[in-house]
Amino acid sequence: MTKTVTDVICPFCGTLCDDIEVVLSDDGKKILEVMNACAIGNEKFHHSQAADRPKRPRMQQPDGSYKEVSYDEAIEYTAQMFVKAKKPLMYGWSSTNCEAQSVGHEIGELCGAVVDNTATVCHGPSLIAIQDVGIPSCTLGEIKNRADRIIYWGCNPAHAHPRHMSRYSIFPRGFFTGKGQQSRKVIVVDPRPTDTSNMADYYYQVEQGRDYELLQAFRTALHGHWLPDMVAGIPKEKIYEGAEVMKSGRFGIIFFGMGVTQTLSKNHNIDAAIMLTKDLNEFSKFSIMPMRGHYNVTGSGEVLGWQFGFAYGVDLSRGFARYNPGETTSNDLLRRGEVDAVFVIASDPGAHFPISSVKKIAKLPSVAVDPHFTPTTEICKLHVPVAFVGIECGGNAYRMDNVPIDTRKVVDPPEGMLTDEQFLEKVLHRVKEIKGAA
Amino acid sequence: MNTVTLTPKAKPDLYLEVDNITPDRFAGKTNEEIAALHLYEGSTQHALGKFFDVAGSSGPTAAETKIVIKGDASRLKYIGMKMTAGEIVIEGNADMYVGAWMRGGKIQAKGNVEAFAGTGMKGGEIQIDGNAGNYLGSAYRGDWRGMAGGTIRVKGNAGSDTGYFMNGGTIIIGGNVDVHVATHAEGNGKIIIKGNAKSKVGGQMVGGEIYIFGDLEVPMPTFEYRKDVELEVDGTKAKFALFEGDTAERHPKRKGETIYGKIYMKY
Repeated sequence: MTKTVTDVICPFCGTLCDDIEVVLSDDGKKILEVMNACAIGNEKFHHSQAADRPKRPRMQQPDGSYKEVSYDEAIEYTAQMFVKAKKPLMYGWSSTNCEAQSVGHEIGELCGAVVDNTATVCHGPSLIAIQDVGIPSCTLGEIKNRADRIIYWGCNPAHAHPRHMSRYSIFPRGFFTGKGQQSRKVIVVDPRPTDTSNMADYYYQVEQGRDYELLQAFRTALHGHWLPDMVAGIPKEKIYEGAEVMKSGRFGIIFFGMGVTQTLSKNHNIDAAIMLTKDLNEFSKFSIMPMRGHYNVTGSGEVLGWQFGFAYGVDLSRGFARYNPGETTSNDLLRRGEVDAVFVIASDPGAHFPISSVKKIAKLPSVAVDPHFTPTTEICKLHVPVAFVGIECGGNAYRMDNVPIDTRKVVDPPEGMLTDEQFLEKVLHRVKEIKGAA
Repeated sequence: MNTVTLTPKAKPDLYLEVDNITPDRFAGKTNEEIAALHLYEGSTQHALGKFFDVAGSSGPTAAETKIVIKGDASRLKYIGMKMTAGEIVIEGNADMYVGAWMRGGKIQAKGNVEAFAGTGMKGGEIQIDGNAGNYLGSAYRGDWRGMAGGTIRVKGNAGSDTGYFMNGGTIIIGGNVDVHVATHAEGNGKIIIKGNAKSKVGGQMVGGEIYIFGDLEVPMPTFEYRKDVELEVDGTKAKFALFEGDTAERHPKRKGETIYGKIYMKY
């Protein structure tokens, strides 16, 4: 008899779907089927079952090949690397649970590390803007039940957060939104047509890199002030019309993604978008929310926030927390040669960082903690495979609207395999021993 | 005025945080005491003498002390941080935070400086003979009170986010600037750009003045043309077109008149 586990949390994107059902084999050891998940989430569950996944740590040899080593050797190498380094970088954290993050930060504090998460190449600019001007936000549940104006700015949830539109924004029938899609007006702003823009009632094809001008123009249009005939490739009539659509709603929400955070103006785009939301609250109820990518990048920001006061790029090298993106963020540190060891956990800078940064990682003492083989694990001196959080162990994660959700364990990890948290606990213990603080 | 000369003798593995290199710290100290001042390389603390030869002598007060860094300072952060008086001359390139939170005195950088020069500056003078990096004369991250006084003069170009959250003081740039000039500026700061500007100039500006001598690639849609004016700006007499904005922002009233951010474009 197969067994079905219900209410499983999907550990893939920031939508953190909590209605997944997983069918297990008779002995409860193998995942046979995953229901309700999107294609990406489904793949993540099945991928954990791959026969060729790494099961023991691997150390790079002088000829570039990898040799299997024990967890004890891996812990020793990692601890020694941290203790010897003057300024180690601890990067990643977005695909593991808050418990592991917390243990990692303790190591960082002991060793004077810079702790940075994937927001640095993702929603970091949003966090800068939030620090500058605040953020009026809400939960996804409120959007489902109340929102009748949905704005997607510089993001494409149809591909990046596949169930976002059906669960929370465009389609669901909520308490005050009984007609579902029919009761909602959708505005999409994107320099190129996407599957999300196909769903829009109003589509603004903004010129590349001119989101800031368009956002400020919308703010001006709200109050009926003068505008030039064309702004960012959009005629002013369309901007005044869009402003009226936003004002006429009962509850509106702006979702934004990489299209505004990682293009020209970066944090200033988000700054202007937040101010637009603030201005709209003079006419109606409006909220704004970043479309966070990794399932627990929000959690990493939360944990860093309550421990050190800053959400990413936290420099602990001098014993107190400092934060200044542009200086204490991973790519600046790597590119400029400001760090002398790299510890990567639960993310893949090898695939996503500029090549100048990746080359620096390859030259430094480096450890990658990741259940998969990734470009990062192939350049780091040591690869430590661990259990999948949300599949092989539980732990806390934060959804994109800052709602904490406990993920669930579905199957056991391969025998003898450590979790992120267990591995970090052992490294922390060894670091304390070496430093004589145990 | 007495002069202390620092000659770099060893290259650090990483970058050095030298917030102790200021006339305020050096004043009244012997060369041995100066060499014993600390600096940081990551989490490791060193004596200044490990990386520099100290020569000359310091004055009894900061105002009578001049520091010359003879050589490459491109791995030194926080030169002249929080200095109140005296003078610093950097003969090579310098790294981040030159003259950050400076209150008085003078810094001359003969080469280029990296980002965050003059962050949160309140007074004094910074002269950069080469190029400046991003966030010149801006607020520290998260602060809404940026540069409040003093003068920054750059002979070359400046990066993006010049005068972010600027509240007062003057920035003069001989060359071109990258995007975002005087974003969120308030009060009566003044930025003079002798070269060209790219875009987002004066975005979210509440008050202050920007003068552009060259071209502006893409103007903000939220600045409205008002009138032409004859002005003398930094020794140049010319006719300027006055634009006021940012109309999307709140604007205070003074004596019944609404105060806007002003952009003057030279004809």
